[in-house]
Amino acid sequence: MTAFEAILLTIVTASTPLLIAAMGELVAERSGVLNLGVEGMMAMGAACGFAAAVTFDSTIIGIAVGVLAGTAMAGLFALAVLGLAANQVGSGLALTIFGLGLSGLIGAPFVGARRDPVSPLAIPGLTDLPGVGRLMFGQDAFVYFSLALTVAVALFLGRSRSGLTLRAIGENHASAHALGLPVLRTRLLALLFGGACAGLAGVYLSLIYTRFWSPGMTAGRGWIALALVVFAAWRPAYALIGAYLFGTATVLQLHAQAGQIGLPAQLLSAAPYVATILALVLLSLGRGRAIGAPGSLGQPFVPER
Amino acid sequence: MRLELTPRLDPSPLARVLAPIAAFMVAFVLAGGVVWLLGRSPLAALQVYVIGPLSDPWALQELVVKATPLALIALGLSYCFRANLWNIGAEGQYVMGAVLGGWLALATHGTDAGPWVWPAMLLLGVLGGALYGLLPAMLRVRFGVSEILVSLMLVYVAQLTLDYLVRGPWRDPKGFNFPQSVTFDPAATLPLLGAGRIHLGAVFAVLAVLATAFVLGRTLFGYRLRVTGEAPRAARFGGFDSGATTLAVFAISGGLAGLAGIVEVSGQIGQLQPTISPGYGFTAITVAFLGRLHPFGILAASLAVGLTFIGGESAQILLKLPLDLTTAFQGLLLLCVLCADALVSYRLRLVRRGGGS
Repeated sequence: MTAFEAILLTIVTASTPLLIAAMGELVAERSGVLNLGVEGMMAMGAACGFAAAVTFDSTIIGIAVGVLAGTAMAGLFALAVLGLAANQVGSGLALTIFGLGLSGLIGAPFVGARRDPVSPLAIPGLTDLPGVGRLMFGQDAFVYFSLALTVAVALFLGRSRSGLTLRAIGENHASAHALGLPVLRTRLLALLFGGACAGLAGVYLSLIYTRFWSPGMTAGRGWIALALVVFAAWRPAYALIGAYLFGTATVLQLHAQAGQIGLPAQLLSAAPYVATILALVLLSLGRGRAIGAPGSLGQPFVPER
Repeated sequence: MRLELTPRLDPSPLARVLAPIAAFMVAFVLAGGVVWLLGRSPLAALQVYVIGPLSDPWALQELVVKATPLALIALGLSYCFRANLWNIGAEGQYVMGAVLGGWLALATHGTDAGPWVWPAMLLLGVLGGALYGLLPAMLRVRFGVSEILVSLMLVYVAQLTLDYLVRGPWRDPKGFNFPQSVTFDPAATLPLLGAGRIHLGAVFAVLAVLATAFVLGRTLFGYRLRVTGEAPRAARFGGFDSGATTLAVFAISGGLAGLAGIVEVSGQIGQLQPTISPGYGFTAITVAFLGRLHPFGILAASLAVGLTFIGGESAQILLKLPLDLTTAFQGLLLLCVLCADALVSYRLRLVRRGGGS
């Protein structure tokens, strides 16, 4: 395998968790709920998933527990913002702070433990093809799942009746409610889906990407996923492009650090965050203000009797 | 399962005052449950977190020291939150205040510079925090970029900047390669109040409380903030410039966070290090809401939340409970406060009438 191929492979692994988390948040935001707790849900997914995988010595159980942990966190958030109509921005922040703290508690006994790498896909013949073989046919299951997820979300939002309902609720919850659409139930399901995706993205980080747990290992990826949704103008296909752009920036930055090119490591580490800000600015230059944002995004809904 | 909300037309003032206290108790009981699940005694944790610090004069001083940055930052944030703007990057503004103020301490190190150094450092700290806070505000006003995401991203950038400086150009050459600056000269150190550990920063926090109470209650600017936050359309019809308000509240909250940063560094730590905050900038969000965005409420809340930092440190030593428990509690507390707020507030009704926007 050439060095170039290796870089392409790491780009895919760096992009996949961003894509999965962004896809979950995209669906939640399309239903009209802004969940700033992605970072916290991801951290919980990473910690709980890793703890379960080590305890039961099973990657499958780890994945399931990580997804459940993210979903449970989203359920807590739903209780506050849907059940009690609490402030969404504040509650999301609270969820992130809580998740970062609790994941540290849960992961503490597992610091230093390691998991074996999960074997990637291997199709005799195809995977061994020169050049594109490993890239196309030699990834781990998450990568294929994340791509399938993107297609599924795009089809669901764009082509299905339930997707239309979800979008209508996100655009104008008062009108949707007047039409008899189940606003709160749809939002609950969308939030739980977002939590499951964030949990899965977290598990990917601790079980596949690094294969160990360390406190704060999500390192702002949840926030970058949130920015990706804005960047993508709430469209799944753009989120895919965005996730791979950011994944590429992250990997190139790491290689630049390893390659001793004379720039301070901290400057390169700051690059993904600066790039996020620049991307958001450039995007708004390109198409005016916040086009694509669901109309009811971030607003609490209390049904009229 | 179905929860139905009916907006209260006339929430009782008593409920408004009691809500944060109730939220604190609920969060405490939930955290006790977490402690119990971790296999430790919740009663022992209560002893270490609350009763211990409150019955120890040394710990009471420490409490004031911890509450000082929390109160300063949370007061600043209350300006933003009142205008319904979300500055969640106070941690970065705190760091940048410490960096710019700390620069003067290092530049005058070993010279005979007079006692003007620490006041000038404080001014630079305010300036550093305010300028850094203005970045997300300007991007929001000029380009419509989410201030939430930008202010948060800038936290990482600020922390990495400090990290670079103390490991690189600002490292103490005689410091055995430890990533830290030289120790500040006496002229660059904030004076202590009396013989204890409490420094002048506590006075600034109290002054900031009084100034905020005056601004919010007695000035046109305070009125403008309330209108902008509660009825943005009315504010536009009233001719209030929302862009100017955005810049002003971010400058104020950034400035106060920067002041907290330089006060902490010059009054408490005495040098620049890679880490100069246990997350004060994020915890202050909890403090601001626990204090109901009211200056006196924030003062009380900063002491209550300051307690969790001291308790967290002793719990780590005495009960072997990780510091993350404190973080988890602070997040849980914020969630409880917002839920309690929702249960007594008017705002549900207003948003519902407005429809989708």
